[in-house]
Amino acid sequence: MTEDRRPKELFVIPSSEAPTDASRVADFTPDLIDVGEHHLCPGCGEPIAIRAVMDAIALLGLAEKSVAVFGIGCSTAFSNNLDVEVLQALHGRAPSVATGVSRVRPGLAVFTIQGDGDMANEGLQEVLHCAARGENIVCIMLNNGVFGETGGHLTVTTTIGQRTKNTIEGRDAAKHGHPMRIAELLAQIDGVGYVARGAVNDAGNVARTKRMMVEAFTAQQQGLGLSFVEVLTMCPTGWFVPTDEAPNYLAETIAGTHAVGVLRSALPSSPSD
Amino acid sequence: MSKPQQVRGTVVIDVEACKGCDLCIEACKPEVLAMTTAETNTRGYRFPQLLVGCTGCRACADVCPDFCFSVFRFDEPKTWTAESGLQ
Repeated sequence: MTEDRRPKELFVIPSSEAPTDASRVADFTPDLIDVGEHHLCPGCGEPIAIRAVMDAIALLGLAEKSVAVFGIGCSTAFSNNLDVEVLQALHGRAPSVATGVSRVRPGLAVFTIQGDGDMANEGLQEVLHCAARGENIVCIMLNNGVFGETGGHLTVTTTIGQRTKNTIEGRDAAKHGHPMRIAELLAQIDGVGYVARGAVNDAGNVARTKRMMVEAFTAQQQGLGLSFVEVLTMCPTGWFVPTDEAPNYLAETIAGTHAVGVLRSALPSSPSD
Repeated sequence: MSKPQQVRGTVVIDVEACKGCDLCIEACKPEVLAMTTAETNTRGYRFPQLLVGCTGCRACADVCPDFCFSVFRFDEPKTWTAESGLQ
């Protein structure tokens, strides 16, 4: 083994045991994630986004009446790790399954977790019609612009210039078409109560995304119609960038097209805007 | 005698859960996390180590995809010197 090359003046503080004269401000996994271990790639943004969702549910005290409906994608890896009821839908169909749950049990906090490939490519009409019907559910789209689970090819949200396995030189509008902005698309539909786009590329955006989740579930609980939160997540594997460069790649290549912010809110005030 | 430094917080790092993505290093505003360069966990990933000066801001825990951090704030800030460690 080669010698550790860190400068000698860096003093490492022991970090294997909890101190006794301190208060805990963040635990390894939040209350509603039973198992932190997952098989997603290093640097993946999806677990960070799912933690924001579960933190919001815990904060609002909705754990016992929450039902998650997972689509198909990398994030499905979390369907066994959460301490809420979980249903598994087919590709793109999660909003319709959630509609069924919500209609037979209207008091529940029903939400979907889907990737961009799942929601926007495989089943865009599902979420659009849910929005138009004003279904009282929360739809969450984890957007990395890549079909991560099925090989890393482009999706309809892949931005111009973004690398994926089949846009290796960057998406070119002349060859590959233009990206769709799903949050903007949904924000213009009358049945929605809340639409926002967050990101998990830095701690500030993670905190903002968590507030958006709280607002989305609050709107759902108030019966304001469909709540939609899109979260920009890192996929260093699919983008062919080193894991530590992925947050900047997201900010520079993706957030320019998919702008972070609250697009529509029927709540009296949206502090995360 | 080294210069005393104030330390307001600390982290417990689940080294075995780490996949070496470096996101915590980028997120740490006081720059008190450093990845190992040669040492790895049993799965072969480099992992972060805590240096002097943690503020307990929890940014590392917020951005970690693998739930490796538990963050603490000391009841009273501590002082660190190379000679006597954390006091």
